[in-house]
Amino acid sequence: MSAVVLFWSLLIAQFMLGIAMAIAAFRIIRGPRAQDRILALDALYVNAMLLLLLYGMRTGSTLYFEAALVISLLGFVSTVALAKFLMRGEVIE
Amino acid sequence: MTAASDLPVWAALLTSFLLLLGAGLTLTGAIGLLRLKTFYERVHAPTLGATWGAAGILLASMIYFTVLQARPVLHEVLVAIFVTVTTPVTLMLLARAAIYRDRAEGSSLVPPQTVSETGDRAE
Repeated sequence: MSAVVLFWSLLIAQFMLGIAMAIAAFRIIRGPRAQDRILALDALYVNAMLLLLLYGMRTGSTLYFEAALVISLLGFVSTVALAKFLMRGEVIE
Repeated sequence: MTAASDLPVWAALLTSFLLLLGAGLTLTGAIGLLRLKTFYERVHAPTLGATWGAAGILLASMIYFTVLQARPVLHEVLVAIFVTVTTPVTLMLLARAAIYRDRAEGSSLVPPQTVSETGDRAE
């Protein structure tokens, strides 16, 4: 019982996050401006991190947690750097 | 999914509920990112996934591994704190950059700079 419930809820949640990532990718391609693309990239990072956590739960191993942590760290740094670039035209002054 | 059959039913139901809640809220935020009209409306939408979307999935993961390994597994709190603290910072920086760009172009979307704001900006 619990295996079936978990299997289906994990599958549905993975599909939902996959659709969310596809929408964010569409927004990156479509634009219309640079700030929209950066916002969509940030959303894509968060969704990828959550998808990796779901994969860790599916395989029953906590190894994927570290990868999710690294993705969230990189997402923060890259979004801040890109926002700084939009504001000033340079990342490090 | 080898170890999941050892899980008691209440833990499986709670985990499933939190998973579907988190993933559904993340999907709602992504649909908002697709459908809202201007950038200043769109900047609000993905925060749904970064707050309760992430919190639901992280809580589900905590409950799942805690029950499965019969010991407290709390390292997901790290990701939760990190995402909650950094998302407002990045999105406010991004919104400030967007306002700066729109004002530099003289766009009608944003109001002109007020006197108090220019006073704050005197660095």
